[in-house]
Amino acid sequence: MLRFILTRVSLVIPTFLGVTFLTFLLIRLVPGDPIEVRVGERGIPPERLLELRHELGLDRPLWHQFLDYIGGVLQGDLGVSLVTRNSVFSEFVTLFPATLELAALAMLFATVVGLPAGIIAAVRRGSIFDHGVMGISLTGYSMPIFWWGLLLILFFSVGLGWTPVSGRLDLLYYVEPVTGFMLIDTLMAGEYGAFWSALHHLILPMIVLGTVPLAVVARMTRSAMLEVLGEDYIRTAKAKGLAGKRVIGLHALRNALIPVVTVIGLQVGTLLGGAILTETIFSWPGVGKWLIESINRRDYPALQGGVLLIATTVMTVNLLVDVLYGVLNPRIRHSR
Amino acid sequence: MKRILLGAGLGVAATLALAAPAQAAKTLVYCSEGSPENFNPMVNTTGTSFDVSLPVYNNLVQFERGGTKVVPGLAETWEVSEDGLTYTFHLRKGAKWHSSNDFKPTRDANADDVLWSFNRQWKKDHPFHKVSGGAYDYFNDMAMPDLLKSIEKIDDYTVKFTLNKVEAPFIANLAMPFAAIQSAEYADALQKKNQIDKIDQAPIGTGPFQFVAYQKDAVIRYKAFEQYWGGKAPLDNLVFAITPDAAVRYAKLKAGECHIVPYPNPADLEAMKKDAAINLMEQEGLNVGYLAFNVTKKPFDDVRVRRALNMAIDKKAVVDAVYQGAGVPAKNPIPPTMWSYNKEIEDYPYDPERAKKLLAEAGFPDGFETDLWAMPVQRPYNPNAKRMAEMMQADLAKVGIKAKVVQYEWGEYRKRLQAGEHQMGMLGWTGDNGDPDNFLHVLLGCEAARPGGSNIAKWCYKEFDDLVVQAKRTTDIAARTKLYEQAQVIFKEEAPWLTVAHSVVHMAVSKNVVDYKMDPFGIHRFYGVDLKQ
Repeated sequence: MLRFILTRVSLVIPTFLGVTFLTFLLIRLVPGDPIEVRVGERGIPPERLLELRHELGLDRPLWHQFLDYIGGVLQGDLGVSLVTRNSVFSEFVTLFPATLELAALAMLFATVVGLPAGIIAAVRRGSIFDHGVMGISLTGYSMPIFWWGLLLILFFSVGLGWTPVSGRLDLLYYVEPVTGFMLIDTLMAGEYGAFWSALHHLILPMIVLGTVPLAVVARMTRSAMLEVLGEDYIRTAKAKGLAGKRVIGLHALRNALIPVVTVIGLQVGTLLGGAILTETIFSWPGVGKWLIESINRRDYPALQGGVLLIATTVMTVNLLVDVLYGVLNPRIRHSR
Repeated sequence: MKRILLGAGLGVAATLALAAPAQAAKTLVYCSEGSPENFNPMVNTTGTSFDVSLPVYNNLVQFERGGTKVVPGLAETWEVSEDGLTYTFHLRKGAKWHSSNDFKPTRDANADDVLWSFNRQWKKDHPFHKVSGGAYDYFNDMAMPDLLKSIEKIDDYTVKFTLNKVEAPFIANLAMPFAAIQSAEYADALQKKNQIDKIDQAPIGTGPFQFVAYQKDAVIRYKAFEQYWGGKAPLDNLVFAITPDAAVRYAKLKAGECHIVPYPNPADLEAMKKDAAINLMEQEGLNVGYLAFNVTKKPFDDVRVRRALNMAIDKKAVVDAVYQGAGVPAKNPIPPTMWSYNKEIEDYPYDPERAKKLLAEAGFPDGFETDLWAMPVQRPYNPNAKRMAEMMQADLAKVGIKAKVVQYEWGEYRKRLQAGEHQMGMLGWTGDNGDPDNFLHVLLGCEAARPGGSNIAKWCYKEFDDLVVQAKRTTDIAARTKLYEQAQVIFKEEAPWLTVAHSVVHMAVSKNVVDYKMDPFGIHRFYGVDLKQ
């Protein structure tokens, strides 16, 4: 088992280096450096430009900058944002709980709705419900997040007035951030009104971000269930005279869940990617919105650090899923 | 699901219950478009970051609310010496500093603070010079290092600025956001605690609103400063809810989650006009978008060609299509909201036939080939340069001119235009200090016509230049107005540019908001604004 884990971890290292290198290079391929995007019509005198470039270390050859950066990263130093002059790591840590809270709820939403929908669709294969679920999930999967978010805002927030348009908390409340998770912080502060307000603010972004994973979970559950339902042992269980619910809930679902759990693990990447758009629409102060602004301002350290930390999160989750999977299913462990 | 809805209902009930006692306090919510870099206008260049620091700070002098006129700020009065080189400011007594959990001021604002604030930007060995990046772009752009000879404290409430040369717009420069006054005492306290970065993160000022808290990328909170020297603001609290998407800002305004919304989508303007709960305000921006003819290159060295092009392009059609109601055709190089704008000037009419005749006279009966440079980015004075270039191209083809549209990456584009590589190039300008000098001398003077200078027509015309240089050396506004009016006449005759448009800026304001005034500089100010209860 230890060997299995070590092999998995060693595979993470090249991915980590690759991500660092690609982000480093890609943002530098975008025309305009951090100084030039700030300058307006007036332009900047060449000597001043050189001076500022020198201060930011942008006048050194690329490989030199990259090695410096990697050196810093290995010592746990992600650098300082060129815009706010705060440490990239501390900015990330301030904003990440908001993204995590949203992503966790979106995943919960996707699982709680997607799993039963997939099961029922499989059991009632070919029925109107089945076609409905499959049709809706295909639509959900193809829905552009931006458009979907605006549509929900216009309908529920502006039209019906049921949910707030954007933000994390009603402006009447001010809760000092402790963990950064609004639901937890409001409870810790004993502000129940604020807790409800935070929950209220989570509904629409959660639905928007959870839509794609929901579609994936529903479809995956359905196909896994269909496969399992055709197995001999299910027929045997039925022949033994077991109740239908027991066959599906106990015998079929357990086995069908294995691929579904993997898919849920893989959705972490999709969720964090989708968070970038969702956060922009809902003015959600998480890392997604922060990354977009970093691109616009060519804030190299913030962008590189942010992408790296997100990639690390995704890799860690995938690693955990892999290990867990190995624990659950010994065949995987031995085949590597 | 039932439980969730019930929960949501409870949430609303709780919010309302809390809202009831809080109703006495007036809180204005402004849905701002982005996050600030920090809270110091000295080191920033964007409107977004000026907006968040203006409530907190005062300058020696400031622009009147909704205008470009300079009025007293922390300086109650000032006088200029006969030779125009010395400015003596008499500071207001009893201007209080804000306090916070970390800092309790022991004295009022005085000359030490003024010296401290200017020296921070000016002197490289100042202990705070490097804080927040230390790039004082505006201080440098307004040529302060060349202009300032010395700043002296005469007594606690008198400061004397001595200049190296006469510069009439100097007073207007001091009203720009970068010239804010920070507290020297606060700086000392932070230095002792080894927390100098905090000066720009947790600002202490003398302004009408006191900074309370900033939740990164989400909310900025201020409360009215009770002891403000100008009297407490009618509002009690001011909140910036950071909302980057324009469609979402509009949705928040409709749902009553904010009171004032900047930068609406042009596509939403019609609906906003019809909405009875919204007051859609508009104002010509302090800007101009133009097409410059490089007069150092043939055939644009011939004034007849430049005039012909002014008549060959259907300006109104271009402005209607590109600005979609958010722009007005421009006839002068300065915007109509600026003092000395010459109303008497008549623009060239759209007349392709006369254009053809003029071109024939100039020796181009069959037209010619040229390039037409267009910005690759959206700018406040031109939302879509590419589209504008294509429309101009079509109009020019009608008089026989074949124009090739050229685009570069923004930084490269600006650099090449300033070097004078183009024949025809689009650009524009947004005013910094509300002074005509900031347009006429900076964009059209001989000094700026050098390679690398911002006069991209490379037009150096002695008669014009004499007028704007003389106006720079005159401190009397009435005399300056005459000089600038005359300069605009010459500009129109010589036609180094095709003046295209001044953009129109819109603000969507809830009907509950009382006395919000749009600012010609495009900055958003909230002192003096009130809410109906």
